[in-house]
Amino acid sequence: MTDPLLKIENLQTQLGDEQDPVRVVDGLDLAIHRGETFALLGESGCGKSMTALSMMRLLPPSGRVVEGDIEFGGTDLLWLSEQEMRQVRGGRMGMIFQEPMTSLNPVLKIGDQIAEAVRLHDRLRGSRVTKRVLELLDSVGIPDPVRRAREYPHQLSGGMKQRVMIAMALAGRPELLIADEPTTALDVTIQAQVLNLLKDLQRDSGMAVLLITHDLGIVAETADRLAVMYAGQIVETSDVSTFFQGPKHPYSRKLFESLPDSNKRDEKLAVIKGFVPSLKQQFTGCRFLQRCEESGDRCSREVPEWRQLNRRQGVRCLLYAEKPLVSKAKQDPQTTLHRTRKTSADPLLSVIDLKVHFPIHKGVLRRVVGHVRAVDGVDLQIPKGHTLALVGESGCGKTTVGKAILQLLKPTAGSARFEGDELTRLRGAALRKRRADMQIIFQDPMSSMNPRMLVGDIIAEGMQAQKMGTKPQQAWRVNQLLQQVGLSEEAAGRYPHEFSGGQRQRICVARALAVQPKLIICDEPTSALDVSVQAQILNLLKELQHELDLSYLFITHNISVVSYLADEVAVMYLGRIVEQGRVESVLNSPAHPYTQALLSAVPVPDPDHQRDVIRLEGDMPSPANPPTGCHFHPRCPQASEQCRQAYPPQAELSRGQRVSCWLHTVGQ
Amino acid sequence: MIEPVILWTDALIFLLVLLIAGFALYARRKEHLRAPWQEIARSRVGMGALVVLSVYVAIGLLDSLHYRPQVAQEGQAETAEVLSLFDKLVTPLRVRQEKTYSAPLATHQYAKENIELADGSMVRDYPRLKHAGAHLENPQEEWLQDILWLIAKGLVEGLIFWLLCSALLIYWSARRSDGSFRQKFAAIRRSDTTLPWKSLLFTSGVLTLVGFVAAELSLHYHLLGTDKVGEDVLYQALKSIRTGLVIGTLTTMVMLPAAILLGIMAGYFRGWVDDVIQYTYTTLNSIPGVLLIAAAILMMQIYMSNHEEEFTSLTQRADLRLLFLCMILGVTSWTGLCRLLRGETFKLRELEYVQASLAFGVGHFKIIGRHILPNVLHIVLITLVLDFSGLVLAEAVLSYVNIGVDPTMNSWGNMINGARLEMAREPIVWWSLAAALVFMFTLVLAANLFSDVVRDAFDPRLRTTR
Repeated sequence: MTDPLLKIENLQTQLGDEQDPVRVVDGLDLAIHRGETFALLGESGCGKSMTALSMMRLLPPSGRVVEGDIEFGGTDLLWLSEQEMRQVRGGRMGMIFQEPMTSLNPVLKIGDQIAEAVRLHDRLRGSRVTKRVLELLDSVGIPDPVRRAREYPHQLSGGMKQRVMIAMALAGRPELLIADEPTTALDVTIQAQVLNLLKDLQRDSGMAVLLITHDLGIVAETADRLAVMYAGQIVETSDVSTFFQGPKHPYSRKLFESLPDSNKRDEKLAVIKGFVPSLKQQFTGCRFLQRCEESGDRCSREVPEWRQLNRRQGVRCLLYAEKPLVSKAKQDPQTTLHRTRKTSADPLLSVIDLKVHFPIHKGVLRRVVGHVRAVDGVDLQIPKGHTLALVGESGCGKTTVGKAILQLLKPTAGSARFEGDELTRLRGAALRKRRADMQIIFQDPMSSMNPRMLVGDIIAEGMQAQKMGTKPQQAWRVNQLLQQVGLSEEAAGRYPHEFSGGQRQRICVARALAVQPKLIICDEPTSALDVSVQAQILNLLKELQHELDLSYLFITHNISVVSYLADEVAVMYLGRIVEQGRVESVLNSPAHPYTQALLSAVPVPDPDHQRDVIRLEGDMPSPANPPTGCHFHPRCPQASEQCRQAYPPQAELSRGQRVSCWLHTVGQ
Repeated sequence: MIEPVILWTDALIFLLVLLIAGFALYARRKEHLRAPWQEIARSRVGMGALVVLSVYVAIGLLDSLHYRPQVAQEGQAETAEVLSLFDKLVTPLRVRQEKTYSAPLATHQYAKENIELADGSMVRDYPRLKHAGAHLENPQEEWLQDILWLIAKGLVEGLIFWLLCSALLIYWSARRSDGSFRQKFAAIRRSDTTLPWKSLLFTSGVLTLVGFVAAELSLHYHLLGTDKVGEDVLYQALKSIRTGLVIGTLTTMVMLPAAILLGIMAGYFRGWVDDVIQYTYTTLNSIPGVLLIAAAILMMQIYMSNHEEEFTSLTQRADLRLLFLCMILGVTSWTGLCRLLRGETFKLRELEYVQASLAFGVGHFKIIGRHILPNVLHIVLITLVLDFSGLVLAEAVLSYVNIGVDPTMNSWGNMINGARLEMAREPIVWWSLAAALVFMFTLVLAANLFSDVVRDAFDPRLRTTR
């Protein structure tokens, strides 16, 4: 290979106090070649974004690069003046951020925002600017660029905004594009579109891409080479195919093993114990020591040096010995979960034709001019001890279903029966009593606990409300619950902010368990967590289900979690369930075109896996104004005239798989 | 024998003091409340401003302990005069009245008068003042020397007093932390303490020196001159402190319950409750505040002149009018906080911990008390401190247009109003206005600096480290 486009040597970036700095990047070496996609992989807080910001010289005010060289196409970026650096930024080096919603100025038209970037870097004037803007919009696959250029950011969907961001980054014809978690905020079908676009652009223009991500699936699909980052250092670099055959560093291996999938259904997921160490300290041994299961004596005494194994692969581990990848979890019989499931016939919860419509008010008198049909006729059954996964893209009404079942939102119509009791008709004390049987765990463990309350009080709140036991009994039960979710008893006397994300989610589980519920609605409980922590929570949920015979309604968009945890799955699109059935049958032989597209869009962490992504055009329509006929027909690749006319009835396929699609009702 | 008199505002002020003490005790036990205050205690600007504020508060509190001096002779009608402890302390200032205007530190009156000389002839000249500089034989020659001597004396006395107090304070603090005086002193010199001792001592030093010099000068002169009826302007300015503080604090106390209750209810229950509350405050907000205040004050005046027998003293009457002004200011100013709280509650009630409690079947009012109120308290606090200076200034403006406090009551607004016409005089009478401005400016500046620090400490968005 020739000279790399970007070469970073011994980069050290610090944040905060000079006496007591946080070493967010601590001796990082990196080389990116022209035209390749290089992925920087790691959990949150390990310094990925700080590396990118150091390269762009856009560190926050308290941050500084204290040592190192960043050589970019022959110039050392750290020695450039601010004025020269501005030419590089957005010119030779473009960047796109995670959150497209906040990266665009809401009061400027799309075209003007791109034109600004064009003028800066191309020194064009007048109509040639407009021409270039339209060219750029066209190149990122935005249909009807002339109209779109005159629109404001709020008129575009998330995926469109991210395309606009990419167009702006491309305005300076960059040699290197830094993409910091470009698809994390997007839905899986949109994510597929954006990743595809990045690939096409790269092929056409030959630029290099630095892709920062935590998702192994995305890495496998898009990257050529990758570096795994841990606690401010790179612990392994490799090309993608070698890496996915056998990662060398224990941390990389653990990341793999903690990914949930259907093959691991009956076993516990591997977890990485503990959390990323504080970067304030000076390390005297391996940074991964406390969390590593293979560490030896040397690891605590010696700081591991970088070891180049061959031209493609390097690792920072003292025990890098090339033993085959053996997963301890698979050999250890104690960690498997033997599930003896009794299939009870009568469902614990049965939801029939549930509807939640939100009125749209307009005018001075606030007259109702229409309804947002967030949930529009949903049928669900959850037997005792089972897990039903509710899958769908954001905005399809999954969370609303959960809240309506709990009666946190009043359903507009339909019924929800819990052990024969009609929940929608319960009022006052009877409803309050029933609430103990159904609990909810939320997505964001930060906002789901009152920061002003002690953990003990948070957990006991439900017991107080349900008048369960005396004060000492409640205190005893709090301790018992904390142990049950794997926390120590001291936790009760501390505040939520003293805990990490995973621990907080455990506290939320404990709080839900406190009132001895029979059904727990889990609303994306792991999507805010890192992969290794996600594995801990999934293990915990599975164990608890086994122990306490709980039922779960698991609301998620993460298909691999579904395949690991759920018994049944229901796929939701625009307020209605389009397909449901046993997990195996739905995931292996999806019948509805939407399910097929959704499943095909999920990136698989296996570079050899060839899949044909069914590309969905456009975005989900607004639930305030759903399309006539089948809701999915505007995006459906197999839509026919019939689909435009009427909503398809539910058809029963084999093995209890039910689907609402005209393709499957034709024969009946 | 003295007979204590408790005016309405006095009672409310001491209730407020009790409430603050109670809140301080409560906050000591709560980590999330204690931490921001500790941060304030570490701020140099904050503590400097606090020293200035506490001097004002001390004067205000002393001025709130009222009593009626008993006249010695039996059978004489009771005086209608009500005095405060502060009046007693500064008796010389209060009683040494001149005939009319005199400039600061002057020995002669500001205007010429016909003076009858010893030989019976009449001369038109500036007469000597009754009290100021009365000890001087020959004012023209001795004046400057005397003034300089008094300033020097005040400075020396102040310095000694300050050094003594500082030493005692450092000694006490060293004893508390089981260290020696020398260690503590060295730590303070190195600025190696949690409290910003240097700024604390510096501010209090400056204030002590100013105080002592002012006291020395006022014993023999009118430091800030006299007004139209010969009253000492310094005394007026000092008495105005209480009025300013009362307006600044009691107004917020009056509006607070309504703002908190209605704001949270609107945000939490939404629907028709929200509509009613929202329309109420939108309506109230669209009435011009000055008009509303003017109407209310005029009504109050008419009531007072019709029921004169209900008020035993002028002070009582003025006090009631002050309280009424606080109330009416409160009524017009609660909407801002209410709106803020409504918005914040809107956001909070959608948060997942509130949803979780709902899912447990916790009652609405318990949720409000446990989850909503503690999480909006910082907004309440920030608003209170920010509003304070605005209200002090509002009083001045209202008194200027004659719908503020009673004309007999000392207030900065009244002082400015009184000085307004004299601005046109030649030579100009500037000291009343200047005194009021300096006193008000110091208080408002200190309050603003302090409120900035409070906001920085309590606003979660500004907190960089957890």
